Amino acid sequence: MLTPMCSDCGASVPLPADAMQNELITCPDCGAELEIIALNPPTLELAPQVEEDWGE
Amino acid sequence: MSMTHPAPRIAMLVTHIRPEEKLLLAAFAARGIQPDIILDRDVNIDLTADAGQIAPSGVAWGDYAVALERCVSTSRGMYLQAILNAWGIPTVNSYATASVCADKLLTTLALARAGVPQPAARAAFDEASTLQATADIGYPAVYKPVTGSWGRLLARVTDRNAAEAIIEHRLTLGSYQHHTFYVQEYIQKPGRDIRAFVVGDETICAIYRDSAHWITNTARGGVASNCPITPELNDLCVRAARAVGGGVLALDVFEDAERGLLINEINHTMEFRNSSAPTGVDIAGRLVDYVLQPHRQDEVVHHPAPIGAGQPVNTGVRS
Repeated sequence: MLTPMCSDCGASVPLPADAMQNELITCPDCGAELEIIALNPPTLELAPQVEEDWGE
Repeated sequence: MSMTHPAPRIAMLVTHIRPEEKLLLAAFAARGIQPDIILDRDVNIDLTADAGQIAPSGVAWGDYAVALERCVSTSRGMYLQAILNAWGIPTVNSYATASVCADKLLTTLALARAGVPQPAARAAFDEASTLQATADIGYPAVYKPVTGSWGRLLARVTDRNAAEAIIEHRLTLGSYQHHTFYVQEYIQKPGRDIRAFVVGDETICAIYRDSAHWITNTARGGVASNCPITPELNDLCVRAARAVGGGVLALDVFEDAERGLLINEINHTMEFRNSSAPTGVDIAGRLVDYVLQPHRQDEVVHHPAPIGAGQPVNTGVRS
């Protein structure tokens, strides 16, 4: 699988073996929270910012 | 003659996939079930039509036996629960339960009605009455938004000067939801609180959340360790869960030196990524087993209707 790039800092972000579409991951370089928006090819976007109604 | 029963079709409603959702999907897979993942951002529902309309998954909403609500967006999750329950599609949790748990003021009312011990709390709507409510509770007090999670925008109010400043800020800068003042007694915790997990009629496990900060949420740095389930803790948590409508719930419990255990808050879309390891309990598996129980909604049916917003839709039971 290709290694996608962080959409914020451009670092390579290895995906977990069981990666899923729409999964949230963290860029190991800059710490940005990213969403896997596609697996083939693997594509990352910045995850949505936390909104006021987010939570448990 | 034996008959084989096909696996029920299950929807999992999500905002995105977090560690909890992966654990739940693995638990479903271990039981031979693959839920349809439905992103809340993809939903486009005709509210005047029925459950025959097609969901983003490509099948009719009405084909789902049950939907597991896992949206991190409380508003999206609750509206989806309301819609599905209105169509007679059960959700875990029900809209009726979620509508109470999502609102701290309504949770307090439900607990009070059921006689469940909790910290003192008052409601007020303007500066003078909130200052009086705070004085009635006593300093220090805690201001909390009636909606919200992860310890956001909590304020420990130590004196009248602090109270006046926070009230002014909320009235000036906050949305209308911040103009309802929920004033709670500050509980002097022993450096920790308890997060207990209730599934149906059982408290399946609990963790201590230790923190030097008065806000002990793990989202704010609280450290998790196992908390044994005593009969007292189980009884209190099950009573509290029933008071808000029942289901799969995460309860925040305070230990008060004089009054014992007090229910602080109840969460209806529980996070548990840090809790299975210290407790040794497969929380995802227990949650999935609950979703697959054919009679799980009975506790909702038999419980008095919650105080939730206006006239909630039905309780989520399919006839």
